[in-house]
Amino acid sequence: MNEHDARAAVHAAIGAVAPDVDLDAVNEDARLRQDLELDSLDFLRLVETIDTATGVDIPERDYPAVATVKGLIGYLAAHG
Amino acid sequence: MPSLGADMEHGKLVEWLVKPGDYVRRGDLVAVVDTDKTVMDVESFQEGVVADLLVGIGETVPVGTPLAVITQTPAEVGAPVGEAPPARAPAKAAAGPAQVPAQVPEAPGPSQGPPIAPPVRHLAHRLGVDPGRIRGTGKDGAVTRADVEHAVAARPGTAGRVRSSPLARRLAAELGIELSAVAGTGPDGAVTVADVQRAAAGEGGAPARGPEMPAPGLPSPELPLTELPLAESGAPAPEGPPAPAAAIKGKPSSEARERVASLRRAIGALMTRSKQTIPHYYLSTTMDLRTAVGWMQAVNAHRPVAGRLVPSALLLKAAALAARDVPEVNGFYDDGGFRPSAAVHLGVAVALRQGGLVAPAIHDADTLDLDVLMEQLRDLVSRARAGRLQRAEMADPTLTVTNLGDLGVDSVYGVIYPPQVAMVGFGRVMEQPWAQNGLLGVRHAVIATLSADHRVSDGLRGGRYLARINELLQEPEHL
Repeated sequence: MNEHDARAAVHAAIGAVAPDVDLDAVNEDARLRQDLELDSLDFLRLVETIDTATGVDIPERDYPAVATVKGLIGYLAAHG
Repeated sequence: MPSLGADMEHGKLVEWLVKPGDYVRRGDLVAVVDTDKTVMDVESFQEGVVADLLVGIGETVPVGTPLAVITQTPAEVGAPVGEAPPARAPAKAAAGPAQVPAQVPEAPGPSQGPPIAPPVRHLAHRLGVDPGRIRGTGKDGAVTRADVEHAVAARPGTAGRVRSSPLARRLAAELGIELSAVAGTGPDGAVTVADVQRAAAGEGGAPARGPEMPAPGLPSPELPLTELPLAESGAPAPEGPPAPAAAIKGKPSSEARERVASLRRAIGALMTRSKQTIPHYYLSTTMDLRTAVGWMQAVNAHRPVAGRLVPSALLLKAAALAARDVPEVNGFYDDGGFRPSAAVHLGVAVALRQGGLVAPAIHDADTLDLDVLMEQLRDLVSRARAGRLQRAEMADPTLTVTNLGDLGVDSVYGVIYPPQVAMVGFGRVMEQPWAQNGLLGVRHAVIATLSADHRVSDGLRGGRYLARINELLQEPEHL
C-alpha cells in the first residue's frame, strides 16, 4: 500500500472511532493515546477497523510502533 | 417515567416505540427517554396491550408519572402481574391503569379451532397468522405462544414478519434496511440492533463501529445475498479505504452543547450530594501485574484483533469477583442503612468524548467469562458514547470502577456514586522497578485505589477488598 492510501485508511479509521477529531488540524506526530485521547478500547477498535478495511492485522507486540498517527501510516504503508 | 438513576428527577419522552393496540411483553422496549445524562431505552414493566399513550413526544415529566396505559388481557387479570415500575410511582398511578377493564379489540368467543389463550390469540393476530390453522402442542391441544412463533417462523417468504426487537425495527427503518434481509443472531434468530448495525455497516462499506463486533474467534455472521452491495463478512475489503467518515463529523450543534452542559450539571449535583453525605475513606495498593499481563499477551498473540483482551477486562473481572468476598463494598446505602447486594452489577465509568461521563453497569460481572465480559465492555462503552444505554444499565450498578489510568494518570481516587458505597480506581498499567527477595526487576504494575463509605466499612475491610483483587490478578487464567 502506498503512503497516500495508508493515510486515507488511517484517517477513515480514526474518523470512525473518534468522529470528533478534526484530522485536518492534527499534526501527524500526534500520539493516539495522549493527544487524541483514545483509550485502550478505542485503540482496539481502531486496530480492528484498520484490519477490516485493509487486511493489515497489527499484532500487539507492534503497538509501540503505531502509537502516533505518523507511525500508524508508516506501518500500514510498509505492511499493507 | 421510571427512575433511570439515583439522581434522576424528570425525563423527557423523545420517542414511542409502540403505539396503542400493540402487544407488549415485559421487558420489551417501549419508549426512548432523554435524561440529563443520556438517552435511554425504557422497557415495559408489564405484559398486555397498549391502550393509551399518556405522555406526548417532547414532554418532560417527573419520575413516577405514568407514561402509558397497558391493559392486561382478560386471562391475566387477577393473576399476579409484573411488579410496579421500580420508580417512585405513586401507588394510585401504578395500580390504576393496570386495573382498567380490558378493552382489547378482539374477536369474541373461541368457538372454532383449538383452544387458545387470549394473549396468544392476540399475538397471533398481531403477527398475522390464523390461530385456527395452528396445531397446538399445549394442554388439550391448546395453541401456545411457542406454537404461534413457530408458525410465524415457518411461514414461507412472508414479508416483514421478522422476529426483532422494536428498537432493531426502528433502527432498520431509520437506516433504510430491509429487516427480512438481515441475518438475525438473537434468540430464535431474532434480528438484534447489532445485526441491523452490521448490515448497515456492510451496506455502506463503512468500517464497523460500535457493538457489532463479532464474538471472539468467530467469523462475522454472513450477510444474506440481497441488494446489499458490499456485504463484507470479515473478508478483506475491496481495494481502497472504507467510505469516508466525513458524514459523521461536524461542528457540535447547540443541542450537543446543551447536552454536555446538562450532563455537567447532573454530575455536579450528584457528586456534591456524594461528598456532602458520604464519609469517604481512601486506600491504595500497587499491584504486581507481571503474571496477568504476560498471560494476556500470550493469549492475545493467538487471536485476531476482534478477540483480544485489554488489561481493563482483567481488572474489572477481579474487582467484581473480589466484591463477592467483601460484600461491604457492594450494595446501596439508603434511609434504611446499608443493603448489600447479592449480585455484582459492576458500573464502569465511561468518559464521553464530548465531555462528561456516565457509569452504566455490566450486569452480574462476577459470573461472566472473561471473553464475554470483554465483549460486553466494548459494547457498553460504544453504546454509552453513542448515547444509547438501557434503563437497567443506568439504574443498577452496585459498585463502580473508574479506569482513568487508561489515559495516563498513575492513580485515581473516585467519588462514590450514591447510593453506592464504594468506588474502585485503576491507574495506568505501566512497567516499573520492582524489588523482591533482595532483587530488583522491571514489572508491569497498576495502582488500585478504593474510595469507600465509612458508614458501611472501615479501612480493614476495604484493605481486604484490595488485597483480594490483587490475589485474583495473580492467577489470571482463573479469572
